[in-house]
Amino acid sequence: MTIFKSFTVKAAGLTALLTALHVAVGVLPHPAHAQASDASSAAFASPRHFGQKDGAALYQAICQGCHMPDAKGATGAGTYPALAGNPNLEAAGYPVAMVVHGQKAMPPIGEFLDDDQVAAVVNYVRTHFGNHYTDTVTAADVKAAR
Amino acid sequence: MGFRDMKRRDLLSLIGTVAGSAVMYQAATSLGLAAETTYKGPIKLDGDAKGASILILGAGVAGLVAAIELRKAGYKVQVLEYREKAGGRSWSLRGGDTYTELGGFKQTVGFDKGLYINPGPWRIPYHHRAVLDYCHRYGVALEPFNQVNYNAYLHSAKAYGGKPQRFREIQADYHGHVAELLAKLTHQNALDGTVTKEDQEKLLESLRGWGGLDKNYAYAASLESSNVRGYEKAPGGGMNGAPVPSTPASLRDVMQGGLWRFLGMGLRDEFQSTIFQPVGGMDQFPTALAREVKDLIRFNTKVTEIHQDDHGVTVTYTDTVKGGAAQTAKADWCLCTIPLSVLSQIKLNVGPKMASAISAVPYEAAAKVGLQFKRRFWEQDEAIYGGISFTDLPIAMIGYPNSGYGSPGKGVLLGTYVFGAYAMEYTAMPPEERIKRALAYGAQIHPQYTKEFDTGVAVGWHRVPWTLGCHASWTEETRAAHYQDLCQVDGRIALAGEHASYITGWQEGAVLSSLDAITRLHQRVVTA
Ligand SMILES: Cc1cc2nc3c(=O)[nH]c(=O)nc-3n(C[C@H](O)[C@H](O)[C@H](O)COP(=O)(O)OP(=O)(O)OC[C@H]3O[C@@H](n4cnc5c(N)ncnc54)[C@H](O)[C@@H]3O)c2cc1C
Repeated sequence: MTIFKSFTVKAAGLTALLTALHVAVGVLPHPAHAQASDASSAAFASPRHFGQKDGAALYQAICQGCHMPDAKGATGAGTYPALAGNPNLEAAGYPVAMVVHGQKAMPPIGEFLDDDQVAAVVNYVRTHFGNHYTDTVTAADVKAAR
Repeated sequence: MGFRDMKRRDLLSLIGTVAGSAVMYQAATSLGLAAETTYKGPIKLDGDAKGASILILGAGVAGLVAAIELRKAGYKVQVLEYREKAGGRSWSLRGGDTYTELGGFKQTVGFDKGLYINPGPWRIPYHHRAVLDYCHRYGVALEPFNQVNYNAYLHSAKAYGGKPQRFREIQADYHGHVAELLAKLTHQNALDGTVTKEDQEKLLESLRGWGGLDKNYAYAASLESSNVRGYEKAPGGGMNGAPVPSTPASLRDVMQGGLWRFLGMGLRDEFQSTIFQPVGGMDQFPTALAREVKDLIRFNTKVTEIHQDDHGVTVTYTDTVKGGAAQTAKADWCLCTIPLSVLSQIKLNVGPKMASAISAVPYEAAAKVGLQFKRRFWEQDEAIYGGISFTDLPIAMIGYPNSGYGSPGKGVLLGTYVFGAYAMEYTAMPPEERIKRALAYGAQIHPQYTKEFDTGVAVGWHRVPWTLGCHASWTEETRAAHYQDLCQVDGRIALAGEHASYITGWQEGAVLSSLDAITRLHQRVVTA
């Protein structure tokens, strides 16, 4: 997917850094990087797909990059909103669409995750950080949102 | 002055004056000057600016170029910049610098004097004529950036027993086997009917040289192949001077190893020689531009709202150091170079088309890690002088410093440069953990890492407070739907920057977009 996307990007304009690198790095089959420092083999599974399966691990591998480990968000010249106690999470379809398609400063992550992973991370965020939504998102919901 | 005495440039400006720029472009192309760029040389903003004022938002290279040129054209210019210094993404980190990313993670760079990394842009290809022209005009010293180093490594954890291979060997083996195969097919008359006999002869001759084939057109252990891939024992002097050829890998090993995938990058137009880097760090480029307009820039100034009406543009901002109430700046016009990731969150009264364009473009993820080692072991032990090693490990590459060769002291290399999922994972880690990762993976290529590591610094671009990402990521679909609307002047506001170009992810895109936007704004002012 990323490979095709990077070709699209290339066709749409010269994209400096990326295309060649995705092509170069991306196509190789991905070894289990067992020699690497840490035991969690889910980390850095592939440049095109996250290896983590459960919601907490996915949150820590992806979301906290911007929304921060405590989900309180951060502000500089722009802002990453808090997910902690965020009423926008009430309608489950909203975070699902956000993860899959992105919006403004939020990049789309859908291409790097399968439906189960999207569901897992959305369910995690909607039940942690002061959010207590009891309805769960299923892989089928995610599939429909793609 | 006779025609023969005319320099090419003079001739071009003559054609330009007489016949307009389309003809000029054609002429330039046929003279071999301009085929690879739309840059037409120093911008000329002729006509009376009538004392008009303009606010430029952002002091990256797009904003700086605009400030220089608009002041020259007679505008009253003021630049508002969020950071404490100019340059934006054209940025270098040196010993003593501190960098605090979003979330408050603070790093103090421990590099030795004179050592640095470029967390953002690091190379300028020869055909980025606009950037290079500004470098030349404002005295930015340049040196070669080695994109392709034949003695650097290609590496996969699952090929060649995980042992790094020299670029030279992989390329020679790949070319050699391709040449041998094609020579075989030619000898088996498989090309008859497609290629004339005469051309087949020439093809065979070229394949021998290109592929390092022996006199039987075989790619085998021979002086011919070693001449390309290197020797088991290189030619020397005296009694023991005779060379011993090396043994190429088999075609099967070459194909299965997959390292041929790394060979293509340096062949691409964007990465072909000559590529440059500013001496002393990429920030030397914007620093030279900023010197020209430093009296115009207000730093530590966070723009929070942009409002236009029939009379002008009012920009609301806060002082990020002194704090206090929101303040405003006013001007007749506004050139906004704030990255879309940030601009899409700023209140701005432009029409719906530009507004939806601003919201439509996500930013790519990227991460870089700079590592300082106690000695330049890659030079001393492995004869790698500059350039890049590539790997399928989650560091993607190791970039060696393209300067200071042979220095006895410490050295800094780029220990990770990743995009996509890997970059997001790095960004989600605390900086120390990113460095630990870079070290653990890199040690699989350079075992010296473990003993020689000194200090490091790591940047995940989605946590950079003033860009929230690496660069605008357009697709064919979003380009078709929004690009023109993004570039169109809306009332008194024009946008510029890397994101408003077809060369996203390059400074050239930022500069060309800026020159284009101010040209169109200026036309409005002159004809108003
Ligand atoms: C990892 C990486 C590698 C790259 N590699 C290369 C390369 O090798 N060669 C190359 O040529 N290019 C490269 N680029 C691309 C290059 O850095 C950009 O294209 C270029 O620097 C963009 O310039 P700009 O002026 O458009 O934006 P910026 O440099 O981002 O400038 C925008 C300015 O706006 C300011 N700003 C933001 N928000 C506000 C606000 N609210 N109020 C006031 N000011 C604000 C920012 O602080 C910043 O100074 C790379 C980029 C990255 C991230």
